[in-house]
Parts: sequence; C-alpha cells; structure tokens
Amino acid sequence: MITRIGMIAVVSLIVPLVSLAAVVDEQQATYRASGAGPFNAKIGEQLWQQDVVNAKDGRPRSCTTCHGLDLRSMGKHTKTGKAIKPLSPAVNAERLSSAKNIRKWFKRNCKWTWGRECTPQEKGDLLSFIQQQ
Amino acid sequence: MKKKTWVIVSVLGISLGLLGVSGLVVSDDDDDEHEGRRSWSQSRLDVAPVENAFYKEECGACHFPYQPGLLPARSWQRMIDGLEDHFGENAELDAVDAQQLKVYLTENAADTSNYKRSRGIMRSLANNDVPLRISTTRYFNRKHDELPEHMVKNNPKVRSFSNCELCHTQAAQGSYNEHQVKVPGYADWDD
Repeated sequence: MITRIGMIAVVSLIVPLVSLAAVVDEQQATYRASGAGPFNAKIGEQLWQQDVVNAKDGRPRSCTTCHGLDLRSMGKHTKTGKAIKPLSPAVNAERLSSAKNIRKWFKRNCKWTWGRECTPQEKGDLLSFIQQQ
Repeated sequence: MKKKTWVIVSVLGISLGLLGVSGLVVSDDDDDEHEGRRSWSQSRLDVAPVENAFYKEECGACHFPYQPGLLPARSWQRMIDGLEDHFGENAELDAVDAQQLKVYLTENAADTSNYKRSRGIMRSLANNDVPLRISTTRYFNRKHDELPEHMVKNNPKVRSFSNCELCHTQAAQGSYNEHQVKVPGYADWDD
C-alpha cells in the first residue's frame, strides 16, 4: 500500500516535468526541421539580455524589460504595469507546457522586443535557457 | 391594550423597513442617467460582467479585461483586426482565436446591451464614431472630468485611466459605482 502511494507520488511529480520537456522537445524539433540546431542555453541567456533599440521610441528593449533578469521572480508589463508570473517552469508549472502559447508569445514578444520575428535558432536557444531556470 | 401596542409597533416597523428599502433603491441610482425598469440584479451592475474564460485569459494576460459592453461592436471589430499594433504593443493572435474573440466581443458589445453604462456610452457616440479607447468616449470623460491629473495620470500607483480596477474596486464584477471608488494613495478622498 505504502509503495503504491509512493509510486503515485513519484509519478505525479515526474509527469509534469516529462510533459514540459516533451513540449519543448517538440518545438525544438520543428526548429531543427527548418535547419536550426543544436541549441545552447548559454546563448539563450545572452539573447535574453540582448538590447535592441526600438525604432519608434528610441529606447532599448530586451526580454528583461518586462520579465526581468531573474526568471524565478515576477515580471511587470512595462506599459500596463500588470504583474507577469515567473517564466521559470520550476516556479510556475504552467510555463512551457503549451506549444500554442510558446508560438503565440514568441511571435508577439519577438516583434515587440526586437522589431522582428525570432529565428528558429534563437527560439531554440531561448527555450533551452528558459527550461533550465 | 397590549395587542394594540403590538400592532402599532409592527406597522411602524414594517413602514420603517419599507422606507429603508426604498431609500436603498433611490440611493443606488446615484447617477444622472434616467433608466427604465431594470431587474434587481441588473440595477446593481453597471455593465455585464465578463464570463468568457477565453477572453479573460487572452486579453487579461496583459491588461484589465474590459467588459465588451464598454464599446460598440464596430470598435471591437476594428480592435481585433488591428492586434498587430495594439496601442503600440504586438498582441497578434492566430486567425481562429481572433475570430472567437471577435464573436464574443461583438455579440456582447455596448450597442447590444441594456446595462446602464453601455447605454450611456452609446448615447455619447456619434453614429460614425469608432472609439478604440473607452477613455476617449464623451461619456467616460464626463464621468471623470473632475479628477485632477495628480490623482490618475501622475499618480504612480495608477498611471492611466486604462487601469479601471485600480480605483474601481468592483470593476471586475462589472460595477463602476462611484461609492466603490478608492484612488490608491488617496484613501479618504470623496467627491
């Protein structure tokens, strides 16, 4: 009985991690299919902090503008001031759990931050970085 | 004798109770709008609350999920068609999701609603007005014109009229009654 409960506990702990990894793997596989890879979390970290001066307001923007340097902490939408839940999957289990959300936010946020869509290579590196936080 | 006193007391009690109820009804209608008959629940709310989880999730991720009854259908239509440049932000959605939101927003827009604020906003618009900001409607301005800049725009705890819920404590429930207003940093302020 105790082992059974132990098993269930272990499985329920592992399952979210497995599904998260599966979602990230699947996304990275689609990036590889378009010629990108291998992916590197260290490069992802540099991209995370990479400033690009915005053409409209002349001010630098990076992922940290809203999400901050520490992905385990809350972020803040730079315009509306609305709190943004931590991006780290270790702190916030919802993160990286939906392929659709990954696609949506990469599209919007790459365009807002860098004024263009991110390349498959950049997305793959960023996902590797975020996944480790 | 005792019986008579009891009757008088009860009559008094009932009339006082009725007075209380009617007083409540009158004071509830604190605005300069004169509305026809509304159901009790509607009279407590100014605008139909958001009950669409998808809308709350998608739009509420970045800002207060404004009730669709605060703008006409034509405004929501244009808003969803222009999500690539959403007040300077990129809020793009895939076509299926955008369409789903458009249906919800237009079907519950101010021009299809009977709630007090929706009707007030519609009355303040010309037929060809397509406001994209609720705060640019004449109705909104009339309701907020006595507020000095230091309380909203220059108030670091508020910053913008677009943050409804920071002052209207019941905004998420669809209630914008002025008695529920608490301007952050101005706890005791009352007009």
